[in-house]
Amino acid sequence: MSFESTLTVRVRRWRDRAFLALSLLCLALSLVALAALVGDLASNGLPRIDRAFLTSFPSRFASEAGLLAAWVGSLFVILVTAALAIPIGIAAGVYLEEDAPKNLWTNSLEVAMANLAGVPSIVFGLMALGLFVYRFGLGQSVLTAGLTLGLLVLPIVVVATRESLRAIPGYIREASFAVGGSKWQTIRHHVLPYSTGGILTGVIVAVSRALGETAPLVTVGALTFITFLPTSVMDPFTVLPIQMFNWVSRPQEDFHANAAAAGVLLLLLTLSLNGVALCLRYRSRKRVHW
Amino acid sequence: MRFRRRQGLRLEGLIEAGLALAAFLAVAVTLGIAGTLLWEALPFFREIGVAPLFGTEWAPLFAAPRYGLLPLLSGTLVITAIALLVSVPVGTILAIYLSEYAPSRAREILKPALELLSAVPTVVYGYFALLFVTPLLRRFLPDLGAFNMLSAGLVMGLMIVPYVSSLAEDAMRSVPMALREASYAMGATRLETSVRVVVPAAFSGLVSAYVLAVSRAVGETMVVAIAAGMQPNLSLDPRDPAQTVTSYIVQVTLGDLPHGSIGYQTIFVAGLSLFFVTLAFNIGGHFLRRRYREAY
Repeated sequence: MSFESTLTVRVRRWRDRAFLALSLLCLALSLVALAALVGDLASNGLPRIDRAFLTSFPSRFASEAGLLAAWVGSLFVILVTAALAIPIGIAAGVYLEEDAPKNLWTNSLEVAMANLAGVPSIVFGLMALGLFVYRFGLGQSVLTAGLTLGLLVLPIVVVATRESLRAIPGYIREASFAVGGSKWQTIRHHVLPYSTGGILTGVIVAVSRALGETAPLVTVGALTFITFLPTSVMDPFTVLPIQMFNWVSRPQEDFHANAAAAGVLLLLLTLSLNGVALCLRYRSRKRVHW
Repeated sequence: MRFRRRQGLRLEGLIEAGLALAAFLAVAVTLGIAGTLLWEALPFFREIGVAPLFGTEWAPLFAAPRYGLLPLLSGTLVITAIALLVSVPVGTILAIYLSEYAPSRAREILKPALELLSAVPTVVYGYFALLFVTPLLRRFLPDLGAFNMLSAGLVMGLMIVPYVSSLAEDAMRSVPMALREASYAMGATRLETSVRVVVPAAFSGLVSAYVLAVSRAVGETMVVAIAAGMQPNLSLDPRDPAQTVTSYIVQVTLGDLPHGSIGYQTIFVAGLSLFFVTLAFNIGGHFLRRRYREAY
């Protein structure tokens, strides 16, 4: 077993340092790749972004095409997604962490939740196509898209809620029970308020994920050529990533610049949302000392 | 007073039921997915059966349709393999570094920086693979096509690195400090402690990270749809273009798709195979993860 003992201390130290160098190399490569991705998008896309780009509808001509329908559509879809995923995700998280008995039933809930978090997003899209679009007759609408993404990001909200509830020590709850608080009063007045930071982090990450999600919306039937703005949740729609996918799939280079510009906006949104989430998580960890 | 208390209890019951209902949604959605996929794919199996799926040609929308799934599976396999060849070693090395080597302040900064990699939308990764990585690779491999599995797989690997590293680091950090201290007390270096003590102790957690990474790679769609081309191609050469199970679904749904047509049914057959493969990996990964969490 201990063939290390046959090596000299110098060799063993050298190996240790070599591994450190290797891991720093891996780290540097990953971060350089991220930098290359951001840099490449920015250099191709930034020059394309101007007022007209943000306020025009798509067009056959790359130089006249804009993102208006896409970003308004993204906004509509995200509102529906948030309206579904935030309340239900928090409720499910509270139930699983505070209320659920430990038995076969909750065990199967846990397995279902873990599996949902790993189901490929395109499979959610297929379910939405069969169930929402055709069976429920919701059509290829903002509502369908929002519901699909809502279910897709639900596990993110649930996991974040559960983790921040778990971090609250039991004596907080016991103190509330001791003065006659009921279970719900304890949750409502103590457990939930103290875990807002963590829950909010999860919500932000979920929104950012939903903003960038493409595949399930392609499946549901998002359009790419929309020359009007949605006025209700039953209207057809397009979103930022779909528009970007459409532009990057075209052979003409001019459209690739448009795709890069859409990508810059997407990155700006998702990375800044994640940055906010990170700050929140960092601050709530710093501030609270139980 | 008594009245208010009873009303309160009733409200409690209602709220509890509401919370349980929300949690039940997870099961309902899982069943909804499985049910919808089966239901919509059923006519296909009734009309065409299972045997044609083992053929070597996939052309379901042609006049003389062929339903061999093998080209889609080979594309999925090659791209998944490339992605794992990148993400498993790099992710593991980074996890060892973050958990065993990095000073806590460096970790505080590096972990979130890596997590940003997983925040980038997949369609942006697709753009990166097609218009940055492929041209770059073509400088070294002149016969590389504009669409190829290599670049899609590499970029997908990059995308999964933070996923592997964060799950693996979680597993390694849950190894009790006492084990490390015992190893250091015997005069072991950090590398020896990592490889001989921490990694074996966190083994089930590491395997669960890899298993979940496979599931991610198999189900990833946009990178492949954009950068690997959309031609079914029974080839194991990473320089070739290919279609995967996921990108086939994208290709079909991009076009006009009448409800109940054969094209419509085939995407549910593809989705069904995807769902069950990832289901097996996800549940396996879940139980492995639970095992290391309870071990100490």
